[in-house]
Amino acid sequence: MSPFMVGVTVFVLAAFVGLEVISKVPPTLHTPLMSGANAISGITIIGAITAAGLSDGTTAQVLGFVAVVTATINVVGGFLVTDRMLEMFKSRSDRKRPSE
Amino acid sequence: MTDALYLASAVAFIVGLKQLGTPRTARVGNRIAAAGMLAATVITLVAEDIVNWTTVVAGLVVGAIIGAWFAVRVQMTAMPQMVAAFNGFGGIASALVAAVAVIEADLGSIAAETSVSILVSLVIGAITFTGSFIALGKLQGVLPGRPLLFPGQQVVNGLLVAGLLGVAIWGGVSGAAAGYWAASGAALAIGALAVVPIGGADMPVVISLLNSFSGLAAAAAGFAIESNELIIGGALVGAAGLILTVQMTEAMNRSLANVLFAGFGSGGGGEGGAATMSDRPVNRATADDVAIALGYADSVMIVPGYGLAVAQAQHAVRELADALEERGVTLHYAIHPVAGRMPGHMNVLLAEADTPYELLLDLDHADPMFPQTDVVLILGANDVVNPAARDDPSSSIYGMPILNVDRAARVIVVKRSLSPGFAGIDNPLFYDDKTLMFFADAKGALEDTLAALKQL
Repeated sequence: MSPFMVGVTVFVLAAFVGLEVISKVPPTLHTPLMSGANAISGITIIGAITAAGLSDGTTAQVLGFVAVVTATINVVGGFLVTDRMLEMFKSRSDRKRPSE
Repeated sequence: MTDALYLASAVAFIVGLKQLGTPRTARVGNRIAAAGMLAATVITLVAEDIVNWTTVVAGLVVGAIIGAWFAVRVQMTAMPQMVAAFNGFGGIASALVAAVAVIEADLGSIAAETSVSILVSLVIGAITFTGSFIALGKLQGVLPGRPLLFPGQQVVNGLLVAGLLGVAIWGGVSGAAAGYWAASGAALAIGALAVVPIGGADMPVVISLLNSFSGLAAAAAGFAIESNELIIGGALVGAAGLILTVQMTEAMNRSLANVLFAGFGSGGGGEGGAATMSDRPVNRATADDVAIALGYADSVMIVPGYGLAVAQAQHAVRELADALEERGVTLHYAIHPVAGRMPGHMNVLLAEADTPYELLLDLDHADPMFPQTDVVLILGANDVVNPAARDDPSSSIYGMPILNVDRAARVIVVKRSLSPGFAGIDNPLFYDDKTLMFFADAKGALEDTLAALKQL
C-alpha cells in the first residue's frame, strides 16, 4: 500500500472511532467536549514544528513560526480552558463535601 | 520507536475523548488528551532533525503564553467566542503548514495525491480561519448578529467557488505556486462570506461545523506531510464536530443547508411586525409577584436562555435556587440543546455557579415534567419556548422541538422587553393568560426577587 492509501485507511478508521466514541455524549458536556476536541485539532502543531524547524528559506521560516505560534495557542489555550470549565462541573455530593 | 510513541499519543486522544463523555471522568480525560499532545510535541522535537531551534522554541513559548493568557482570563459567558478563536488559530496553523510545503516542495514533480492534500489543507484551513473570526465578531457584537445579505450574494459566492476550483486545478496540474496562493485567497474570502449571512441564533451550528473543519484541515495537513498522527487527531475532531453539528440541526428541525444558506431570521417585516404584536396586552409582574409565585410553589422549573448569559446572572439564579430549595421547593433546570450561542453553553454557566449537574435536564427529560410543574421561570429564552414551533404551521420555526413550558400551571418570563428573539419572530406565550412578564435585566430581576422572597 502506498503511504497515501495507508493515510486514507487510518483516516477512515479514526473517523469511525471518533463517531463511535462521541455519539452518546450528554448535552451537559457538549461545550467542554467541543473545546477539548478543538484542542486536539491543534495536533497540527507537529506539522508546524516540522515546517518551522526544517526549512531554510526566510519566507518558509516566517510562515513556520506563525504556524507554531497559532497551533500552540490552539493547544495550550484549548486544553487549559477545557480544564477550567470541567473544574466547575460538580455533582451534588461533590458540592457538599468541602463545606459540610 | 518514534512511531510507537506517536501511536501511544493517538491512543491518549481516543481515551481522552471517551472520558470527556461523562461528567465524572471528563476532567481526567481532558488531561489524558493533553498529555498525549505534550508527548507528541516532545517526540517531534526529539525525532526530527530540527535545524532552526530558535524559531521553533520561540514559537512554542509565544503561543503558550498567548493561549494560557486567554484561557485564564476569559469569562465563561464569552466561551463561544473563545472556542471560535481557537478554532480559527488551529485552521490557520494547518493552512500555514501546507503553505510551507508549497514553498519547500518541487511542485512540478510531487505526486498528485500530495498536491491535492496540500490544496485541501490550504483551502479548509483558510475557510476555518476567516469563518471562525467572523463568527467571533458576530458573537462579540463587533459585527451585527443578524444575517447580512446583499444583492447578488449567491452569484458572488458561486463565482468565488468556481474560481477557487479553477485556480486549484491549474496550480495542481501545472505545478505553479501562484495557483495554490490564489486558491488560498479565494478560500479566505469564501470563509468570511459564508458566515456573514448566518444569523446569531444559528451560531451554535456554525461553531460546531467550524470545529469539524479545523480537524479536517489538520488531517489534510497530515496527508500533505505524511503524518498518521495528524491524520488520526484530525479525523477524531472532524467526526466529533460533525456529530455535534448534526445534533444541533436536529434540535432545531433544520437541515445543515438551511442553516448555512437560508439567511434565517432576516425575514422582511421583522421590526415593524413585532411592534404591532407588542401592542397586545400582557400580564406584567413585579419582583413581589414573582417571589410569591415561586415561594409558594411545590415545583419550579428554571429555563435559562442567552439573556441569562448576557446579564451574567448565573450566580444570582443559583442564590435564588438555594433560597427556594430551603423553602422546600423542588427545583430543576430545563436546558434546550440550542439555548445560548454554543451547544451546552448554559450547562457551563450554571456549573460555574456551582449548580449540581444532576438538576440540569435536557429536552427529553424536562418535557414530560412540565404538566406537573407549578411554575416555570424563563430567563431570557425566546425561540426555544415558543409554542408557535408546535402549533403554527406558518411560523418560520415550525417543527423545531421546543420546551413545552406552556403546559405548566404558570409561566414567568424574565426579559428586558417584548422584542423577538434571534429567529426574529413573536412569541404567543408572552400573551397567554397564565404568563407573567417581568420586564427587567435577568440579574437585577433575580436579585430583587430574592430580596422579596426573604420578606415572605
